[in-house]
Amino acid sequence: MTPGYQIVVCGSIVPDPLQTLEPQTTPAGPVLKSEMMLPMVLDPWASHALYEAAHLASKNAGSKVWLVSLAPKAKLQQVMMTVAQKVPFELFALDGSASGFTDAVETAAILAEAIQTIPALDRSRLLVFGGWESASRGSGSTMQIVGERLGILDQFQGVDQLTVQPDGAFEILERMEGGKHQISRCVAPPLLIGWATGNLPEPKNNPQVGMANMRGIMPAVQKAKPVKMPGEGMSFAQVSLPKQLRETKIVKDLPPEAIAKEIAAWLGNAH
Amino acid sequence: MAEYILLVADVENSGLLSKSSLEALSAAKRLVESIPASRFAVALVGEKVEAAMDQVATCGADRFLAVEGADFAQSRYGTDALAVEALVKAAQATVVVAPANSRWNRVLPGVAHRLNGRVDTHVTSFTIAGGNLEINRWYYRQRMEATLKRAQRPWVVLLESGFLAAWIGASGKAPIEKINPAITDSLRRTSAIGIKAPVSDQQTIRPEAELLFVAGAGWTKKQPDGQTHVPDAEKLILGFIRKTRSSLGSSKSLVDLGGEGQAILSFLSHLNQIGQTGATPRHAKGLSTCCHGEEPHTVGWRFISERRAINLDPNCGWARGKADVLYVADAFKVITLLNEMLK
Ligand SMILES: Cc1cc2nc3c(=O)[nH]c(=O)nc-3n(C[C@H](O)[C@H](O)[C@H](O)COP(=O)(O)OP(=O)(O)OC[C@H]3O[C@@H](n4cnc5c(N)ncnc54)[C@H](O)[C@@H]3O)c2cc1C
Repeated sequence: MTPGYQIVVCGSIVPDPLQTLEPQTTPAGPVLKSEMMLPMVLDPWASHALYEAAHLASKNAGSKVWLVSLAPKAKLQQVMMTVAQKVPFELFALDGSASGFTDAVETAAILAEAIQTIPALDRSRLLVFGGWESASRGSGSTMQIVGERLGILDQFQGVDQLTVQPDGAFEILERMEGGKHQISRCVAPPLLIGWATGNLPEPKNNPQVGMANMRGIMPAVQKAKPVKMPGEGMSFAQVSLPKQLRETKIVKDLPPEAIAKEIAAWLGNAH
Repeated sequence: MAEYILLVADVENSGLLSKSSLEALSAAKRLVESIPASRFAVALVGEKVEAAMDQVATCGADRFLAVEGADFAQSRYGTDALAVEALVKAAQATVVVAPANSRWNRVLPGVAHRLNGRVDTHVTSFTIAGGNLEINRWYYRQRMEATLKRAQRPWVVLLESGFLAAWIGASGKAPIEKINPAITDSLRRTSAIGIKAPVSDQQTIRPEAELLFVAGAGWTKKQPDGQTHVPDAEKLILGFIRKTRSSLGSSKSLVDLGGEGQAILSFLSHLNQIGQTGATPRHAKGLSTCCHGEEPHTVGWRFISERRAINLDPNCGWARGKADVLYVADAFKVITLLNEMLK
């Protein structure tokens, strides 16, 4: 058997979290105002998926990591300048909307189709990774549908840890309610993982990795196939920002005792 | 358009239904009452369903469907997806309502796909407009709210807790119809082998708590005496959490410190993090301490009703209309005194 894993990471780009966002209605549905002007980053949970993939690949000789990304290609290229510095991967780019208002079903169909065209894909070594939720749609449903389309029914979401056991099986920790994790064991690939935060810090920039990555990234962006997600059957009645700001009472110059008393009284009302 | 609604819920370890499942039952009933000519069924998945079915026997459902057995005791994608697929088909449901818990969030999107339907997760509420269902959910990490409807059926709706009160009613004897989907060995490649929970005195995440207490990186920073006081911070925070039985949240900066080799509060993990890349928990009240109140952080407060903050800096982000009250004060002093006052 060929050693190592084939790790396919699905991840798109989202507006930098520090940007102010405003929705806008168009005949084709809602969009973000000046979306193409907003600085973008790789989706945070998908970034964790990518770092975890690279880490696993580095520990298992013969492994390879792909990043499959559906986004407007000009924006994707900008984001890749930064992401390329982090870990080695091969980009598979698709040129289309990265908007949160697209439908997960349509996005997943395109991603799954793309994954199936990766040459020499070997299910006995295949691990499909992604973020468990995006910072745009935030639905946590794209990856499951990608898995269904690829016939991968060993799926895990909200994963913080994946460890390979001596017998080649995987142990997986998935988030559940109340700060707990469910521990599962899966005997072998293929499997699909929607990553939460994981345990790895963001890798430091590595210019050598960056240069090696960029050689493949530029052609991949150039040949990105245009794709459409019409949002069939889905209609938005309204998209709006939260109503109003709160009227914040700013309490200065009150001694700590008085503040403590006030808070105790406020908490007391809770019971 | 008349709908056939199916409530999908899992049986808890206690053998009964959780509060969020009973809230989803209220939602199913609300739909039936507001969409003319609609009807509904209950579908349960678990190792043993009888007690849970009897708990809701008088809810007015047409049918009580179940998939039962050892294979369904724990959450596992392959078997759970097969179970719900079979249940939705048996009921011929057009709308599936389930609580947005970790088990169903994981499984139902895949089931919607199998049935050629659509799914919406993290649904916070719904309305009926012109006889049609419209759901509300948030986009861009709780930064904007949308109302939408869908033409496709079945439409799977995962409902967050807090929209409707849990259904309450007399128990009885439900006529259970069991569905037995065929489980092949290929669906048993994965096995659930346990639950990892924090040791009980470090159990700081309590979804049912009235209060969310949030600690920020300020607890680990140099204080006016020029020193850090991390061990004191640790005692004060844990003391407060224990006395108030509140749930502990944290800013991203504070949990990230742990990865950089700095002294950090030992009981915190990424699971405590709230905000844009963390959780958005639901609690009646929230108290923020030593958090700067920046936008990606306050996103985690979206579903906290009453909000107060303690910060040394009168110009911190909380002052800009995000909290109801901002106390400009030293959190070390205030929490010390509070811990003495609270019984
Ligand atoms: C991609 C991305 C995603 C992000 N996601 C999140 C997220 O999910 N959650 C999140 O929280 N952040 C998130 N952030 C980070 C966020 O922008 C802030 O940097 C972070 O929340 C700041 O944390 P803090 O308030 O704990 O720390 P700091 O900014 O260090 O603030 C510490 C505060 O403590 C106060 N302080 C110090 N000592 C005392 C004392 N004795 N008493 C009272 N107050 C005191 C200080 O006045 C200061 O305001 C994200 C950022 C990015 C770029």
